Amino acid sequence: MTTSGKTASAAYLRTTVAPPERPPPLTSGPLAWLRENLLSSPLNVALTLAGLYIVYVLVPPAVRFLLVDAVWTGEDRNACLVSAAGQPVGACWAFVASRLRYFVYGAYPDGQLWRVNLVFALCAAGIVWLLWTRAPRKDLGAIFFFGLFPVAAVVLLYGWPAIGLPHVHTSLWGGVVVTLVVAFAGIVVSLPFGVLLALGRRSRLPLVRLVSVTFIEFWRGVPLITVLIMANTMLPLFLPGNMSPDKLLRPLVGVALFASAYMAEVVRGGLQAIPKGQFEGAASLGLNYWQTTRLVVLPQALRIVIPGIVNTFIGLFKDTSLVSIVGIFDLMRTIEVSLADPRWATPVTAASGYAFAAIFYFVCCFGMSRYSIAMEKRLATGHKRQETDR
Amino acid sequence: MTSAAQQAGQSARHLGGAPVIRMIDVHKWYGEFHVLRDINLDVARGERIVICGPSGSGKSTLIRCINRLEEYQKGRIIVGDVELTNNIKRIDEVRREVGMVFQHFNLFPHLTILENCTLAPIWVRKIPKKEAEATAMRYLERVKIPEQAHKYPGQLSGGQQQRVAIARSLCMNPKIMLFDEPTSALDPEMVKEVLDTMVSLAMEGMTMLVVTHEMGFARQVADRVIFMDQGQIVEMNTPTEFFSNPQHERTKLFLGQILH
Repeated sequence: MTTSGKTASAAYLRTTVAPPERPPPLTSGPLAWLRENLLSSPLNVALTLAGLYIVYVLVPPAVRFLLVDAVWTGEDRNACLVSAAGQPVGACWAFVASRLRYFVYGAYPDGQLWRVNLVFALCAAGIVWLLWTRAPRKDLGAIFFFGLFPVAAVVLLYGWPAIGLPHVHTSLWGGVVVTLVVAFAGIVVSLPFGVLLALGRRSRLPLVRLVSVTFIEFWRGVPLITVLIMANTMLPLFLPGNMSPDKLLRPLVGVALFASAYMAEVVRGGLQAIPKGQFEGAASLGLNYWQTTRLVVLPQALRIVIPGIVNTFIGLFKDTSLVSIVGIFDLMRTIEVSLADPRWATPVTAASGYAFAAIFYFVCCFGMSRYSIAMEKRLATGHKRQETDR
Repeated sequence: MTSAAQQAGQSARHLGGAPVIRMIDVHKWYGEFHVLRDINLDVARGERIVICGPSGSGKSTLIRCINRLEEYQKGRIIVGDVELTNNIKRIDEVRREVGMVFQHFNLFPHLTILENCTLAPIWVRKIPKKEAEATAMRYLERVKIPEQAHKYPGQLSGGQQQRVAIARSLCMNPKIMLFDEPTSALDPEMVKEVLDTMVSLAMEGMTMLVVTHEMGFARQVADRVIFMDQGQIVEMNTPTEFFSNPQHERTKLFLGQILH
C-alpha cells in the first residue's frame, strides 16, 4: 500500500479496482513444469539424470525379453531353445499358452468348465456394475456382488447335484480360480468382520472390548504362514473326529480371519478420526448407538480409510500365494508344478512362468489401486470436511 | 437449599405451571475435580434462561447434563415426566424432546443439509421420508436458507451452518432447546443472523437454555440470567436487575470485564 504525498498518512481509500492479470511467463505450462520439477537445482538435475539412466538400464532389456525376443507359438521346448530359434530367446510365451488352461482352471474337469466361466462372467458383471459410475441401482449391485454372487459362485464351483450340477471336489480346483476364490473370500469376510471388531475394540462393554482386542492381537501377532500350517494340520485335531473340514476351506478361514484383524485396525483408525462432536450431535437428536454408527460414523470413517482398506486388500490378494505351501493349487503352485514338465524344460521357462504370474498379480493389484483412487475422488467431490470439526 | 435454589423455585412458580426441567442438588466430578456443585434449578415451560460465566465455570457442563451428554454423580434431573437415570432408553426419550445446538455446529459433513435435517425424524421418529422432507424444508425456510438444502455443510458459511443446526434440532419438534455457545465459533459478521433466528424462536415461546456471552441477547429475550463461577450458580436474576444491580462481587467483576 502506498500513500501519496510526502508525509505518510494513516488514511487510505482505494479509488480504482486492480484488474486481474495473467501470471508472469514461465510460471505455468509444460516448460515451467520441467524446470520446476526436474531441473530446479544441481541436485535435482543429478537426480533427473540418474533416473533417466536407471530407466535406460532397466526398460529396454525388459521390453526385449518380454516382447521383442519372446517366442509366441510352439508345440514343445524346441521352440524356446536358442539353437532352434536361431536367435537369443526371450520369454517363452508358448509355454504359458500351452499351460494356460491349467494356470486358470487347475484340474477342474473339462466338461464343467462353463461353470467356472459363468462365475468369471458374473464376477465381471458385478465389478462393472460397481465401477461404472453411472450404472443404475448401485445398492442392488453391492447386494449382488457381496451377497448373491458369493453364494452363486460356491454353488456353481462346488456343485449341487440336486439341481444337476455334479460335485467338483476342491482338490481339483486350481490356478487363477483358487487365487480369486481365496482373495474374494478374504475380502468379503474381512471388511464386515473387521468393522465389527473395530467397533468392539472401542466398545464401552469391557467383555466385548477384551474379546476384540484378544482376537485382533492374536491374529496380528502370528505370521500368515503359521496360521495356514496351523489351519491345515492342527484344526482337524481340535475338531471332533467325524468333522474334517475341506482342504481348501481351512486356509480360506485362516486367511479371512487374518485379514479381518488387519482390517479392524485400519477401520479403527477411521473411527478415531471422527470428531467427538459427531457422536454428540447424533446423540442430541436421539439416535441410538447402532443408528449413530451406521448412519453417521461409519460412512465418514470408511471414506477416510479407503486407502488403508485397499492397501489391506492388495496385501491380502498377494498373500493368497502363500496357500501354495499347504498344498493348495493356486496360480503360483500350478506354475511351479508346470515348470517340472520335461517337455518344456528350457533356460527361460521358469522366468516366463514367473513373469506371467507377476503380470497377473500386477494387473489385479494396480486395478484395485486405481479404483480406490477414483472412488476417493468421486466421494470427495461436492463437499469437504467441516473445517471447524476437529 | 441455597438462596439461588429458592430463587429458582420462586421464578418457576411466578411463570406458572409445573417446571419442565428440575435439577435438584446436582453434583458432578471429573475424577477428583468438582465441576458442578450444588446445582438447583427449575425451568418453567416457555422460560428463556441465559447462562454466563468465565470459561471453566461449568456452564456448558450444566446444560449438557440436561440431555445426559454428561453424566453426573449426585442429585436428580427430571425433564418433563422423565427422570434421567442410567437407563439408556430413558435417556433417548429425553434426547428426542430436547434439542441442542453446539458451538461447532456438529452437522454431519457426509450428508446434505436436507438429509441432516431429516435423518433423526426418519430414523428416530419413524416419520415417512416425504413428510420429513416437507417439515425440514419448512424449518429451513424459517431459518432463511431453503435454497441451500441440497448442498453439503462444508459449502456453507459458519452462520448458515449454525442456522441449519437450529433447523435440524427443530425438525424433531423439541419441547426444550439447549444452546451451547452457539455464536462463539462464528465470524463477527455471522453472529447476528444466528441471534435473530434464536430471538424469533424465543418469541414463539420455546423453552430455551442458552449459554452465551451475547449480553444484548440476554437483555432482549431472557426471563432470567444465571451467572456461574467455579461450578456453582453464583447469582440469578431478571436481566434488568442482573445488569443494572449485580449483587455478588464475582458477578460485578465479570460484568466489568465483558461490558466495556
